Amino acid sequence: MHTIKQIEKEMMRLDLPAFAAGDTVKVHVKIKEGEKERIQAFQGVVISKRKGTTNATFIVRKVSYGIGVERIFPLHSPIIDKIEVITHGRVRRSKIYYLRNLKGKAARIKERRFR
Amino acid sequence: MGNVKAMCGGLIGKKLGMTGLFSSDGKYIPVTVVQVGPCVVTQVKTMASDGYNALQLGFSEQKRSRINKPRQGHLKKSGEGCFAFLQEFSVENPGEYTLGQTIESDIFKIGERVNAVGTTKGRGFAGVIKRHGFHGGKKTHGSHSHRIPGSIGCSAWPAKVIKGKKMPGHYGNERKTTQNLEIIDIRPEENLIMLKGAVSGSRSGLVAIKKTKFAR
Repeated sequence: MHTIKQIEKEMMRLDLPAFAAGDTVKVHVKIKEGEKERIQAFQGVVISKRKGTTNATFIVRKVSYGIGVERIFPLHSPIIDKIEVITHGRVRRSKIYYLRNLKGKAARIKERRFR
Repeated sequence: MGNVKAMCGGLIGKKLGMTGLFSSDGKYIPVTVVQVGPCVVTQVKTMASDGYNALQLGFSEQKRSRINKPRQGHLKKSGEGCFAFLQEFSVENPGEYTLGQTIESDIFKIGERVNAVGTTKGRGFAGVIKRHGFHGGKKTHGSHSHRIPGSIGCSAWPAKVIKGKKMPGHYGNERKTTQNLEIIDIRPEENLIMLKGAVSGSRSGLVAIKKTKFAR
């Protein structure tokens, strides 16, 4: 088991910032088009984080032209260039799936202030 | 093939477990980590003396007192090492190997396809749903046949149950070969090899990694 953990540790990315459900993040994703590589940003609210070693994921939700779009990112994937935490949100649970049923003013999340 | 070592048909190893790795393009690849070798040649079988060409390899060093006397005598010919497991692998030119020679994971290369032979986990006496994947009966609506196999044949003709009928019985703990597994990564310094997909058996189970005869 020790060896497996070591292998997983090597694969994991420790350069990413800490964030939690409710936070607004901007995920910079590397996209390959033929030979060229460019970076696309996906900004939205983190609605869930799944724990794990190399298989940890998180879901980012945004509303694009009135339509909810969710994207699941593997947390340790090399296609993630960087993650920017825009705001910290104050939410009471770790999976804020209830956000899917809310829209407009109701879907706002209060900002968490650090004292 | 120029490399002498490249001709050995396989190696003995220990399954360490499964995990996942990311490829450079972001794909998540499930891998089985196997510790292969280092194996020691304990006997060289040749066409002249045995009727076929093969190498007997020893794996997993053990205390001398744990091995019975006949095997101790056999292993004495190849040096000091005492091994818990011995297994034969076919080889083209047995003359190129000597007793006591160590064979390591460098006989494989990344991207190559191999077969993995393991012993599946024992499930004991299992019913038809677990053993053969039957669907079972209704769970509700007054049914009493939840996990039973149902009818096993006809009536007056043929008046017997046909051979090979799938029935409850012992399941697992048998030798299973998983074919055509891609080697994702090799770490020679740790004797580790990573195979894409699953390999039969529990963690720390014995696994033989063999070269494929028919690479797909």
